[in-house]
Amino acid sequence: MEIETIDFKHSMAAHCENGVTSNLLRYYGIELSEPMIFGLGSGLFFTYLPFLKLNGAPVSSFRPMPGRIFHRINKVLGIKMRVSRFRSSPQKAMQALDSLLAQKTPVGMVVGVYHLSYFPAPLRFHFNAHNIVAYGKKNGQYLISDPIMENPEWLSEEDLKRVRYAKGTYKPKGKMYSIESVSQEYNLPQAIKRSIKYTAMMMVKAPGPVIGYRGIRLLAKSIEKWPQKYDSKKASRYLGSVIRMQEEIGTGGAGFRFLYAAFLQESSKLLHSDKLATLSNEMTEIGDLWRTFAVNAGRVVKNRTSNGESYHSISEELKEIALREKDFFTQLYQLKL
Amino acid sequence: MKVEDMPKDDANALEGKTSFIQYAVDKDGNYVQEKSPGFEPQNIALAQAWDEVKERTASALEEVIHGDKSPIYFFMCKEMMDVKILAEYMRLPRWRVKRHLKESNFSKIDSKILQEYAKVLSIDSNDLLSFEASKWR
Repeated sequence: MEIETIDFKHSMAAHCENGVTSNLLRYYGIELSEPMIFGLGSGLFFTYLPFLKLNGAPVSSFRPMPGRIFHRINKVLGIKMRVSRFRSSPQKAMQALDSLLAQKTPVGMVVGVYHLSYFPAPLRFHFNAHNIVAYGKKNGQYLISDPIMENPEWLSEEDLKRVRYAKGTYKPKGKMYSIESVSQEYNLPQAIKRSIKYTAMMMVKAPGPVIGYRGIRLLAKSIEKWPQKYDSKKASRYLGSVIRMQEEIGTGGAGFRFLYAAFLQESSKLLHSDKLATLSNEMTEIGDLWRTFAVNAGRVVKNRTSNGESYHSISEELKEIALREKDFFTQLYQLKL
Repeated sequence: MKVEDMPKDDANALEGKTSFIQYAVDKDGNYVQEKSPGFEPQNIALAQAWDEVKERTASALEEVIHGDKSPIYFFMCKEMMDVKILAEYMRLPRWRVKRHLKESNFSKIDSKILQEYAKVLSIDSNDLLSFEASKWR
């Protein structure tokens, strides 16, 4: 089937889900910056799940479940979306995509990056929470807007089917999403207040030891124990995995902290709130601490020094960050906007 | 992070195809979007992950040469898969995939299944049938 290209503007973003959401919304006339999308979608998060392994290392994540940002932002802006999955029928999943494209609807999809042919090879791991938009089809090739890539890319039908049905942790199962209708009368200040409250609540009020600042503290405590519990190779691999979650593609630096600081800055101007401007600066400082932590952790990984001393010192850094974030998000939670 | 302190450690992680988008504060204190080629700790961690893949693949090759493991095992490691992922791609129960990884069972595998393995592992089925270790060293 030949489908004409949709007049869709591709733009890059630090994080794929922000980028896809912002590109889709722009198509429907809602122009918001990436930090604004990220903040409204309550994209800032932390969780450490020592019992769940991804690529052989415990999961530390700086983002909520894939799809949450899109979901939250639609909720606070009152946007109607459709989300569908085709658990066992790739054929149907591709047909559904084609029929939406034929109606000139750009379609967001969750895909795995391992078989994504245009993606830079050094970043192709079995990671299944990447987001892209298809907005055209020609000669069996789909026109893809991938926020990580500089320019739009072409992807063959076979390849697209393969990445939509990637296997491993968090299978996309052909998940796709699109916007049904938007209301231009959303209340941005209200949406900002609501999403700030939600993010802060998740960071300080979530029960249990694995989410929010408590998760950071738990990770700090675990890191300290790694050199005693595991051989130097495993300990350093676990640490390497934390760095990758924090800094690899998609976080905009320091595990999304700079993106959130940018969001708070933009919000402070919109809401005329000096307090938010101050908090934005504070978030930047916390981001810088995360960056220093990454630099020091990177040294430990590089030198393969598994002495308890080096792990102890980066663990202390992380405990400091946990305290700072506890204080920060408590202030943000209590803030009267 | 200030714009002037933006990390510029290029380890060619993006193969010149794109750049990392980052957010930093300009001289007036405003957040701006900037492009970065990479950040040293990130590149260290990435290199570590690839070293591990290479090590695992090299030792898998030895095991195949030794006659302990079937060529499927080698390509599974090369494709950074484990039994769980491979079984999911193959739509076979894990115990069957496990059996196929043993050299002693390799010759008994149905040719249709072998073809499916080749497809899943992005190779030619001849790479499995007449496995040449020297080609993959």
